[in-house]
Amino acid sequence: MTAEAADSTDAVGTVAPAADPGFLQRHGGTIEYVLIPGAALVGALAVFGIFVAMFGKNPLDLYFYMYYGAFGTWFSWQNTLTRAAPLILTALCTALPAQLGMVIIGGEGALLIGALSATSAALALQGLPPFVVQVAMVCAGVIGGGLWIMLSGGLRQYRGVNETISSLLLVYIALAILNHLVEGLMRDPASLNKPSTREIGAANMIGSIPGTDVHWGLVFGLIAAIAAYILIYHTVFGFAARVAGGNIRAAKIVGLGVSKLILTVCFLAGGAAGLAGMVEVAAVQGRTNANLAAGYGFTGILVAFLARQNPLAIIPVAILLGGISASGGLLQRRLGLPDASVLVLQGIIFVFVLASDALYGRIGFLKGKS
Amino acid sequence: MADGSIGLWTVPLAVLGGAIRVSTPFLFVSLGECITERSGRINLGLEGTLVMGAMSAYGISYLTGSPWLGVLAAGITGALLGALHAGICSLPRVNDVAVGIALMLFGTGLAFYLGKPLIEPTAPRLPAIDFGWWSDIPQVRAALRINVLFLIGVALAPILYWAFRTTRWGLLIRTAGESADAARAMGHSVLLIRLRATMVGGFLAGIGGSFLSLFYPGSWNEGLSSGQGITAVALVIFARWDPLLCLWASLAFGGAAALGPALQSVGVTSGYHLFNAAPYILTLAIMIITCSPKRTLTGAPAELSITR
Repeated sequence: MTAEAADSTDAVGTVAPAADPGFLQRHGGTIEYVLIPGAALVGALAVFGIFVAMFGKNPLDLYFYMYYGAFGTWFSWQNTLTRAAPLILTALCTALPAQLGMVIIGGEGALLIGALSATSAALALQGLPPFVVQVAMVCAGVIGGGLWIMLSGGLRQYRGVNETISSLLLVYIALAILNHLVEGLMRDPASLNKPSTREIGAANMIGSIPGTDVHWGLVFGLIAAIAAYILIYHTVFGFAARVAGGNIRAAKIVGLGVSKLILTVCFLAGGAAGLAGMVEVAAVQGRTNANLAAGYGFTGILVAFLARQNPLAIIPVAILLGGISASGGLLQRRLGLPDASVLVLQGIIFVFVLASDALYGRIGFLKGKS
Repeated sequence: MADGSIGLWTVPLAVLGGAIRVSTPFLFVSLGECITERSGRINLGLEGTLVMGAMSAYGISYLTGSPWLGVLAAGITGALLGALHAGICSLPRVNDVAVGIALMLFGTGLAFYLGKPLIEPTAPRLPAIDFGWWSDIPQVRAALRINVLFLIGVALAPILYWAFRTTRWGLLIRTAGESADAARAMGHSVLLIRLRATMVGGFLAGIGGSFLSLFYPGSWNEGLSSGQGITAVALVIFARWDPLLCLWASLAFGGAAALGPALQSVGVTSGYHLFNAAPYILTLAIMIITCSPKRTLTGAPAELSITR
């Protein structure tokens, strides 16, 4: 995993100079970062088209409805952006630790814990002014999610436990805790069919951006992504993190506090996913129940990899994948495709994006690994 | 709820039965992953393979009426997914952990897509051998209704142990896992060895999936596997890449996973979800206890990216 992260951070420097010096030499790396994932996306869409064609559906219809359901109308744009908001935040949960060479895939767990913490805060502070409650929910969500992923980071640093596996196990544990509390201690007796907590109250919901149906969570996501970008690429802390991600021994020799770096970055990463959970509670669901485990955390992993772990690139990629999931409903209704078709497409995209890693610096030919 | 004659003995009995019944998927996935990891590559995608195996086994069993053909189909599906994993990993600069995550999502998504029409119908299930005939207590009989796949898995563990030590193939896999350069120097293609090892690993994981849909719980639905595949991958790490230890660890996990339903059957319903999470908590706890940041794990294949 360290090799992958090293690639994403170092490739700008080591990429082979293009044939045409000048423009290509200066911007070849950037062009590659747009061109190769773009090509992977097109390839994945083509394969998915063939896949649905095998079930007797017209691929052109598929592409049209996907476009229409994602970006065709103002309504679908709003649907897309609403889904992009949590994706930006959960993608940061994978992208931030990736700077340190860590592969964290437990964003879903941090989202659930964040949602649970935020709901608890709101229920404990009923009656206070909504603004106070909302600030408390943000803090609770960030701290809850942050500590959850920090656990993975700490286990990796102090016990040598692989963080990929531990963060995924923590997803299942988080889901169990959520179900346990929602069906027990925190259950609203009025929720019969779908065990849920009590509602946080209409006044405490964070509402929509004026003039749209898109909730404020999108703004949270944008701010978080931009802040993460500045942190990683324009601060000493981010520089230290990238040094440690590139070469942990070098980082130790120059005296960087690697433990502190890992714990802080994991906390911020989990905090972002926890904020996504808070947003889902405070802007969409209004309460905590099993509906929150909608897979945003897992799609966020794909967003992060497709954006090559770059916090700014996460924004357009999250909108793109938000659009794909927004179009799922239309694909079901118009083409009769199962709801899992979005998952299949996401999986195909993921496979293509990873396979395209082989192309960096060597467009045009593939060589066998020596 | 509890049977009057044996009372609370239901719990240990159900845990024992569960250890036998629930452990089978863990066993197959961990043995498969053991082979793959010994060759120097980790396949986190076995979670997806497990679900795909479960779906294809159920589908083929429903269509042909033969559950054993379903098992075979599950194995072949798993091997194909393994080939996909190995194929992508053999491209330069591609990270095997990330490919595993991708295939986990892909396999689950594909299984849900193709398995949509299979939720309603019932497919013929695998037969069980009744080892509890000598007992009058229904709980004992239930615990000892053992599936042939479990016996195959149990037999496979020592066979693999032996094969890793003494056969030419075992030696080649271990060489590829310990030092790719050494394997190359001997004139073998590391990529080919790993391709085969990943395919065999996928085959076994697929069979593990067929057990889920064709024996226990014995139906196909989208919540069939929640993390058994990834737990089994983690299990290989603390079983120290030893097939025999994989067997014991799988049995322990099966028992832990059966704890929730067992307690529910005697009326302890509070904390049901927490008891269901027991295997994950157990995995995490054992990993915390057995891992150490200061040394690499004993028995770890040197080429394995996840332990470096």
